Amino acid sequence: MNNFKWPDPPSVDKYSVCVHCGLCLQACPTYLETGNEAQSPRGRVDLIKAVSEGRMAINESFIDPVFRCLDCRACETACPSGVQVGTLIEEARGQIRQAEPLTGFKGMVSSVFLKGIFPNPGRLKALGTLTRLYQKSGMRKLVRGTGAMRLLPRHLQDMERVMPEVSARTSREVLPPLVPAIGEKRGSVGLILGCVMDVLYADINLATARVLARNGFDVMVPQAQTCCGALQVHAGERPTAKLMARQNIDAFLEAGVDYIIINAAGCGATLKEYEDLMQSDQEYAHKAGQFVAKVRDIAEFLVEVGYEAPKGRVDVKVTYHDACHLAHAQKVRTQPRQLLHSIPGVELIEMRDSDVCCGSAGIYNLTHPDMAEPILDKKMANVPPEAEILVMGNPGCMMQMSVGVHRKAMDQEVVHTISLMDRAYEAEKRSGA
Amino acid sequence: MNQEQLVAELKNIVGLKEVIHKPDDLIAYECDGFTIVRARPRAVVFPNNTDHVAAVVKLLHNNRIPFIPRGAGTGLSGGATPINGEVLISLVKMNRLLSVDFKNRTAVVEPGHVNLKLTNAIAHEGYYYAPDPSSGMSCTIGGNVGENAGGPHCLKYGVTSNHVLGVEMVLPDGEIVTLGGTVPDMPGYDVTGLIVGSEGTMGIVTKIFVRILKKPQGVKTIVALYDSVDDASQTVSAIIAEGIIPGALEMMDRVAIEGVEAGNYPVGYPKDLAAVLIIELDGLTVGMEAMAEQIVDICTQFHVREVRVAQTDQERTLWWANRKTAFGAMGRISPDYMVQDGVIPRSRLPEVLQRISDISVESGLRIANVFHAGDGNLHPLILFNAANPGETELAVRVGSEVLQVCADVGGSITGEHGVGIEKQRDMIKIFTPEEIAAQVEVMRVFNPHNLCNPDKLFPKPSRCVEVKRAAHTH
Ligand SMILES: Cc1cc2nc3c(=O)[nH]c(=O)nc-3n(C[C@H](O)[C@H](O)[C@H](O)COP(=O)(O)OP(=O)(O)OC[C@H]3O[C@@H](n4cnc5c(N)ncnc54)[C@H](O)[C@@H]3O)c2cc1C
Ligand code: SF4
Ligand code: SF4
Repeated sequence: MNNFKWPDPPSVDKYSVCVHCGLCLQACPTYLETGNEAQSPRGRVDLIKAVSEGRMAINESFIDPVFRCLDCRACETACPSGVQVGTLIEEARGQIRQAEPLTGFKGMVSSVFLKGIFPNPGRLKALGTLTRLYQKSGMRKLVRGTGAMRLLPRHLQDMERVMPEVSARTSREVLPPLVPAIGEKRGSVGLILGCVMDVLYADINLATARVLARNGFDVMVPQAQTCCGALQVHAGERPTAKLMARQNIDAFLEAGVDYIIINAAGCGATLKEYEDLMQSDQEYAHKAGQFVAKVRDIAEFLVEVGYEAPKGRVDVKVTYHDACHLAHAQKVRTQPRQLLHSIPGVELIEMRDSDVCCGSAGIYNLTHPDMAEPILDKKMANVPPEAEILVMGNPGCMMQMSVGVHRKAMDQEVVHTISLMDRAYEAEKRSGA
Repeated sequence: MNQEQLVAELKNIVGLKEVIHKPDDLIAYECDGFTIVRARPRAVVFPNNTDHVAAVVKLLHNNRIPFIPRGAGTGLSGGATPINGEVLISLVKMNRLLSVDFKNRTAVVEPGHVNLKLTNAIAHEGYYYAPDPSSGMSCTIGGNVGENAGGPHCLKYGVTSNHVLGVEMVLPDGEIVTLGGTVPDMPGYDVTGLIVGSEGTMGIVTKIFVRILKKPQGVKTIVALYDSVDDASQTVSAIIAEGIIPGALEMMDRVAIEGVEAGNYPVGYPKDLAAVLIIELDGLTVGMEAMAEQIVDICTQFHVREVRVAQTDQERTLWWANRKTAFGAMGRISPDYMVQDGVIPRSRLPEVLQRISDISVESGLRIANVFHAGDGNLHPLILFNAANPGETELAVRVGSEVLQVCADVGGSITGEHGVGIEKQRDMIKIFTPEEIAAQVEVMRVFNPHNLCNPDKLFPKPSRCVEVKRAAHTH
């Protein structure tokens, strides 16, 4: 009867919480774009229920809505019943992946990136090195000059243009296993380096370590850690994700740190949901709980334990974008704003609908450009023109918003919250304050 | 006309992408907020303007294919459920705010415009749209017209019909008519008034002329916590008896409080509370302080455990968010629930609540009560578990018994959610067969072939008679 036949299916306990009230509709970017109930939170939950009850097969009418979901969790904020739409979608994707292995471009993206590269820091670094080589060697000029880029899908073209300059070394290579606390030691934290952050935004990891040390924490960087598995979970590659989760749990529990710090919203949400992911793993379910209890987003952490406001000035007008996985999944909204307000010289101008998805959603912008584009357009239209910097706490959003800035020929800088904090602390050092 | 031809013709009118027709693509359209009855529509179309609607309706009319207008599908009585394999005409893409006239305090919206968005769009000028159903963040103004929706503030400001000045409508044969307009009153019959609350059985509203109001100068929100439902009910009566008309006067009982406290917006109400009253004063700031004190006094007379005036906007917003998500929050404490929507004379509140409580005990089903207490509109939420054999049927029966209680004390079986399919049979609790037949006659003037949202609203037997008669005359 139940057409979810594999381990970890969406459970009755989770979908029966939905009372079909529809209060989630207007929160959902894909519903707003299509007007189609099947592309709404309650529609998706309804379809999951239909498959569970054997009223529907796992076919295109099911797969499309389930994969078109951004997993942005805006519906969870809106839902009075507390339906875990995100988890249901992830579990449904897991079932679909096992029912129907991917083919075509999406399949290529999935197997190369999700199974091959991301779980493997060595390969990820190799990819980074290649990208750097490409950016530095004149290849980039050649490719852009000859128009070879036109062979790529439009979104990849834009992405190529806004890709940050890959630094020579990953943060994993630069950071020592221990960055000692500055001043009186208040505790020790483990830093999750992530995958994209580690390679493309290594400087953000370095900034995070500096800010933590500046506030009295020993920063440990366990070498055995790996990518968190968020992209895999979102894509339904649960077995791969579980292997990665085990590795991280071991690495950080062995390090014996007080907290585990993450600066990428998507990763943070996944790390905090390791218990859900590992629920059917007898050996790791409990350890996952211990791990999760220590995980904090960097902004959440600083506000929770208290931090010393920077004395250096950064005179700039900024606007803040609430990454879905910070605002909706982790309920971290006020803390990043508090950090920004504490930097002398920073003026925060709120943007309309700051917590509506930018369309990045992991690799969604690659798999569903038709939907990601209009969603990004709406986002960019809400950026207050006087803002000079777009601040946010997630690398995926940073890439996506950079694409937006590039497309609209705007000139804002896209910056991580913690990098701005770091700038202020650096300014403080320079001024000798 | 077979399905293939139908789909091709529909696509011809509204565009290739605006028709959903594959059987499995239609599953999400099997029901609205009333989930007990499900049925698959023949197709869903998304018109973008009135001409689209008229052309679609003409096509369906000429081929005698039944159809239903659908807004956001938050209806709680199954008004938009396609029980006869109808074509659903979804109005969600006709969602524009066409014009606002601040001077004359009117606005014109398309039917798919979301209720709360109208207020958001005019708030910067200090105006708002008064009807405020708790589903306001999602439901459409077209759907509000369909159901004559109310809300917490309708005690003082009235329901949708008090705010709709006119409509543009596509009749069930495809003709476009305009009834009323932006002028407050038109000579002749109040046909607009007839359309509001007709649950999509008279035609499809494609444009709505509404009244907008200036925001009141001040608001004061008071919350009062009680150890007995009786005391809370007495307070409600006493406030009204004093001649005070609050902007809103809402009540929740113990089970309802348990639900909202488990929901997304817990206030932190004590666990052993029997009832909560939310009393909101709005209007001129002069005298408001004194009136608030008077209310606090009345609460105290009826043994209130604690009574507080909101000190900040955040506090007030939280109280309302907590109250407004009451239906949805029931999902936290029960796998299924059925919302009832009875109206009673306010003075009978304590007695009716006692009888509802008896029904709950007898049936073994928990009932949470949320009410617009000020105007005697009750929402008993019957909690059940559809997975237990027979429990759905039991819940339906309990719902009907509750409505019988409302009818017995001289009330009504629906305050604002409509009859739909949920309460068709309950219509006989308050109308004689002759009265129902008369209403069917009126419906027939607009919808002679029974194509526009057929078989809703009226109980079946009378409908059979009417359909037979229609067959003779045409
Ligand atoms: C959590 C929750 C809280 C609620 N709170 C309230 C409340 O406080 N007060 C209240 O009154 N209701 C309330 N409701 C019920 C519901 O939201 C209202 O009845 C609302 O008016 C329905 O609007 P909709 O756009 O969802 O319409 P739908 O459910 O899509 O349709 C409702 C009816 O209107 C008809 N209709 C829709 N559009 C048109 C049109 N353009 N022309 C003609 N007929 C049309 C349909 O055929 C159907 O019969 C609540 C519902 C929920 C789920
Ligand atoms: S997901 Fe939540 S908000 Fe959406 S229909 Fe279900 S219960 Fe209502
Ligand atoms: S996660 Fe985002 S896209 Fe997916 S259903 Fe919820 S609101 Fe819609």
